[in-house]
Amino acid sequence: MVKALFLRDVRLGIAGGGATVAVVFFLAVIATIPFGIGPDLNLLSRIGPAILWNGALLSALLTLDRLFQADRDDGTLDLLILGPTPLPLTVLAKCAAHWVASGLPLVLAAPVLGLFLALSPTAIGAVMATLLVGTPAITLIGAVGAAVAVALPRGGLLVSVLVLPLAIPVLIFGVSATYGAVNEPDPFLPPFLILIALTLFFAVLGPVAAAAALRASGD
Amino acid sequence: MITITAAGLTIARGGEIVAEPDDFTLSGGDALLVIGPNGAGKSTLLRTLAGLLPLAAGRLTVEGALAPDGEPAATPGEIAHYLGHRNGMKPAVTVADNLLFWQRFLGGGPGGPGGSDVAAALDAVGLGDLGHLPFGYLSAGQQRRAAMARLLVAHRALWILDEPTAALDTASQATFARLLTAHLSAGGLVVAATHQPLGIEGRTLRIERFDPAVAAADDADPAAEGFAGAPRSGRPERDLVRSATAESWW
Repeated sequence: MVKALFLRDVRLGIAGGGATVAVVFFLAVIATIPFGIGPDLNLLSRIGPAILWNGALLSALLTLDRLFQADRDDGTLDLLILGPTPLPLTVLAKCAAHWVASGLPLVLAAPVLGLFLALSPTAIGAVMATLLVGTPAITLIGAVGAAVAVALPRGGLLVSVLVLPLAIPVLIFGVSATYGAVNEPDPFLPPFLILIALTLFFAVLGPVAAAAALRASGD
Repeated sequence: MITITAAGLTIARGGEIVAEPDDFTLSGGDALLVIGPNGAGKSTLLRTLAGLLPLAAGRLTVEGALAPDGEPAATPGEIAHYLGHRNGMKPAVTVADNLLFWQRFLGGGPGGPGGSDVAAALDAVGLGDLGHLPFGYLSAGQQRRAAMARLLVAHRALWILDEPTAALDTASQATFARLLTAHLSAGGLVVAATHQPLGIEGRTLRIERFDPAVAAADDADPAAEGFAGAPRSGRPERDLVRSATAESWW
């Protein structure tokens, strides 16, 4: 039952251009940075991982507001709430599908964009690894914001404002793990494990909170 | 035998009570037609019944029904199909794929109890040759019929229908009446809000718009009403017609 929802949402997400929007925005953010900062390769490769993470965070937020709103507009949301699957599980399936359709493309685009910022292969690998385990947390936190704002006609900005503070720890540990992989004395594993812990924590809390918000908004 | 009992069921929207409490009991084969003017709270009653809105007061119980997971159902929502104003279909996806998704999500299908397959469900609503078209290509009436096919792809004992026939032509209304009759004679239940005859026998529940101002004035001293100068035509019949007998409204 949940598998059917996951597969359909992945298909709709890819066909609906969610991946394209996120990746193009990511590209726009990263590609303009070298023009703004200038051709200082050392500086670029030093701040590169942080900029990639910031870009990925903002791109992930960009597509979050439609997570439940499209379903609400056509009446699907009522039926999902009524369905035989527990609502948090339904939300988790939707989050997973949303991440596959618009979070995973960011992870896959990161190495190409890393070249713009003169990142070393190690740094590119570290950014990809941290984005891979960190972006699901952003989607899961964002699901709560999207559920709270589902009834609002222009909830996109509100979602970003609600979600951004909660996503800051993910950003901090994602970037510090990346720097840990590049700069010798800094540790890689501890921040990386905390990043994984954050994702797991929000994988439990996010769907439950989002489900409660969706139930409360059922007018 | 499935029995749904509402005792002192009070419905509210956004924290404001929209209709007075009502009691009814429905058992297998019963249809309840909810009638009343626009804005009286028909949709609110149906959404409360489905469990999409919380009860303001009262109790709503189900006996003798199994939820899709095999456990005894505690609320009507667990054994209900809800057909609201919106059809719950994705416009870019074909009609057949939309229905196939709902069949899988709702746990229906030929293996389940009574759910027919997608092609048969589309035939039953007269859309047998349109399954390959995107849902958004269909006319409003055809979209409504496609949404009705969802009622058939997975079995649910209770059908909660919010103005189901609003966009339908006469022939489709007759088709839908046959589907409803078949569902009822198989021991199913129907609760429908409607302004048009649905072509089925059933009890009626009339909801009038609940006006707090009128209610407050009624409670006040009748002598004070004369001073207010506003002519009042007595207490309106906003009470529900609780027809316990099988009274046929249409």
